[in-house]
Amino acid sequence: MREVAVIGVGMNRWGELWKKSHRQIWTEAAIEAIEDAGVDHVDAMYVGCMSGGLFVGQEHLGPLLAEQLGMGPIPGTRVESACASGGLAFRQAYLAVASGEHDIVIASGVEKMTDVDGGAATYALSTAADQEYECYQGITFPGLYAMMASVHMAKYGTTRKQLADVAVKNHYNGARNPLAQFQGEITADQVMSSVLVADPLRILDCSPITDGAAAVILVPLDYAKKMNADMVVRVAASAHATDAIALHDREDLAWLASTQVAAEKAYKQAGITSKDLSFCEVHDCFTIAEVMVSEALGLFDRGSGGPAASSGATALGGEIPINPSGGLKSKGHPVGATGVAQIREVMMQLRGKAGDRQVKNAHRALTQNMGGTGASTVVHIFERA
Amino acid sequence: MEVGIVGYGAYVPRHRIKVEEIAKVWGADAPSYKRGLMLQEKSVPTPDQDTITMSVEAGRHALVRAGIDPAKIGAIYIGSESHPYAVKPSGTVVAEALGGTPDIHCADFEFACKAGSEAMFVSLSLVRAGEMDFALAIGADTSQGAPGDALEYSASAGAAAFIFGHENIAAVCETTYSYTTDTPDFWRREYQFYPRHAGRYTGEPAYFKHVLSCARGLMEKANVTPDDFRWAVFHQPNGKFPMRAAKELGFSKEKVEQGWLVPTLGNTYSGSSPMGLTAILDKAEPGDKIFMVSYGSGAGSDGFIWRVTDRIREIQDKAPQTREQLENNPIYIDYGTYAKYRGKIRKLAES
Amino acid sequence: MIGSARYWREIPQRYRYEAGKCTGCDKIFFPPRNVCSKCRGQEFETVTLAKNGEVEAFTIIRVAPSGFQDESPYAVGVIRLEDGVKVTAQITDCDLEKLAIGDQVSREFRLVQQDGESGILCYGYKFVPRG
Repeated sequence: MREVAVIGVGMNRWGELWKKSHRQIWTEAAIEAIEDAGVDHVDAMYVGCMSGGLFVGQEHLGPLLAEQLGMGPIPGTRVESACASGGLAFRQAYLAVASGEHDIVIASGVEKMTDVDGGAATYALSTAADQEYECYQGITFPGLYAMMASVHMAKYGTTRKQLADVAVKNHYNGARNPLAQFQGEITADQVMSSVLVADPLRILDCSPITDGAAAVILVPLDYAKKMNADMVVRVAASAHATDAIALHDREDLAWLASTQVAAEKAYKQAGITSKDLSFCEVHDCFTIAEVMVSEALGLFDRGSGGPAASSGATALGGEIPINPSGGLKSKGHPVGATGVAQIREVMMQLRGKAGDRQVKNAHRALTQNMGGTGASTVVHIFERA
Repeated sequence: MEVGIVGYGAYVPRHRIKVEEIAKVWGADAPSYKRGLMLQEKSVPTPDQDTITMSVEAGRHALVRAGIDPAKIGAIYIGSESHPYAVKPSGTVVAEALGGTPDIHCADFEFACKAGSEAMFVSLSLVRAGEMDFALAIGADTSQGAPGDALEYSASAGAAAFIFGHENIAAVCETTYSYTTDTPDFWRREYQFYPRHAGRYTGEPAYFKHVLSCARGLMEKANVTPDDFRWAVFHQPNGKFPMRAAKELGFSKEKVEQGWLVPTLGNTYSGSSPMGLTAILDKAEPGDKIFMVSYGSGAGSDGFIWRVTDRIREIQDKAPQTREQLENNPIYIDYGTYAKYRGKIRKLAES
Repeated sequence: MIGSARYWREIPQRYRYEAGKCTGCDKIFFPPRNVCSKCRGQEFETVTLAKNGEVEAFTIIRVAPSGFQDESPYAVGVIRLEDGVKVTAQITDCDLEKLAIGDQVSREFRLVQQDGESGILCYGYKFVPRG
């Protein structure tokens, strides 16, 4: 296996992009990444997209998008693992380069969610859960995470305020990210008085519906070094794990086993522990998700993710900043693009180009992207080469 | 061959609306309705309850009491005027849920409020004829009364189920008698949401003529008098009609009260007198005789004479009793919630 | 949304709560599956899920998916049944303000959803407070 580096990134401003189509959004990010990397072609394309079919009525995204690049009949692969589609697309691209199959590969993600109304978007997202035995009963995604929150709160005493603090922190960071969907700070009171979606989760606990794309370019580490890239970032670990898709099939509803397993594999590959990370970009689709992920990654003890969120430990300048980009909560969550955008943020930070949200002395970071209620998790670790 | 009830069960939805709450909306005088119709409140089905769901629950209670293998049930008949499908049987869902498929005969019955007793009549007859060992009859309804109409104060929801057999009988059916004429007192045309009725014509020439004639015919056929019975139950479109019928026939109030569920249950249509019978069976003692006359608009009455056996004591407590369901933990709702639950609010059509 | 075949296939589970019990290790699967996740056994016997259970987690859905809006707000929970199997289902006929983890509930047959105004009616299980 060859060592792999990331050398270019692209991402557009996320939000409700009424004027832009699915393919336009993707192409903008892809072209930017290719130009940023300074390559004149790519050998293969991977795109993560959860549901082109339900959101815009379009499947067969591999050829559709690959052809947009004007680079001939390159292999184009669409990868789907619900909200972890982007992270998994990156992992497939990584494996393609590491194996020697391809040299220059674009890993990307895209979702165009605003062409359908709220009900249809809710339905499309719900397909990430067990259709026959969860969704059939009238559960929603906020509802599933709300149940996880109810157990976490009952079991560990996690408070409503601690969850709100996750949103406050992520909006603070997002307010410093010019590409974020929401660039305004919020208060804990605003979160706790926002409209209830699924008790105990309120609208400001939830990531939004977003249009957006992100792309990165992967090459063998040796190539990257020769190309005299702006900053060479090495992929130190790539790990993927799964769990039962239905929440009720898991023994502990307040624990993300797939994240734990993927993280442990990743730490081993990279030869580090969680203490060696400068920061993390994690899948905060709901505030409770960030709390649970921070525990499953081993950043905090089991059950102590809530107090940690309130302590400032995860804020910019804290002992382990989480989601300096603003996270899904503030940056937006175009589901297929999220996992790739996390990696784009890591690149910005490791290059020292994250502006007002820059993590000081950032040299090694972890991304955690998950699908459904944590049935799939992809973890990557990156470090300055 | 003796034939009778080997298991019975009822289901009462938990939600209720009070007469005052309905009267308030329509500017009606609640005290006079309560006095005139002898109604206080009625059960309301939630949007997830219908004739099928209540039939399954009542059927399960009956199965527990019967203590039989559901695969041995030879027929299932559900009587209702609110079958959830216009075309497609309710009985197939219920049979499947109870574990009675596929060796079973199935049909849905409809005869206004008499469909339940009709199902009982046919079930009994099939067992008596030796066609099968067990037959299941259910009367259930989630009837609608038009907003503001007098029927809105009474139309309610509930189900009663009976398993008939020829062994281990808890109540032997001694005699049956039916009385039927063509009498247009109440109807609902195809595609209409609410039924219509002919006002005061629903009384004398309709309810009373059929109930009283059926009752008298039944007593004559069996050569009995009201004195031979400890209990009686009549169809209960409101509180007043069955009490008056009982009085005219010579059944004392005490004999009728146990099965007189309507003041707090409302009119469960096809479930009405069958549910009253379940409430009586809950309290009956071996040797008791029960007199029962149903009524269905259109119009007709089915009459039954039941003789309770020793086995009743074994089964009464095996499933929730009817009055216990009626009285325990009711959930009161306002008219707005009721209107939403009953589909009375005009909404945007789903695209 | 839900066609006849897809609905009909699940009837044994939705109506009769039939589960698969691994003959090798006794683990119960609902719905039944082909391979036991515990011992990889492939032989199962059909068992009926317990009727009663306890609320292990719950939420109150305020923003309902299409087809469920008439019923919102409504509670959904993960119920741990007496046989140890967990299922996701609505908890109905309860006081939403007082619902709590650990509440004892019992299964009832209900209409769970309908396929629009003219499609099939989809029945199944919900849970109600016990006692």
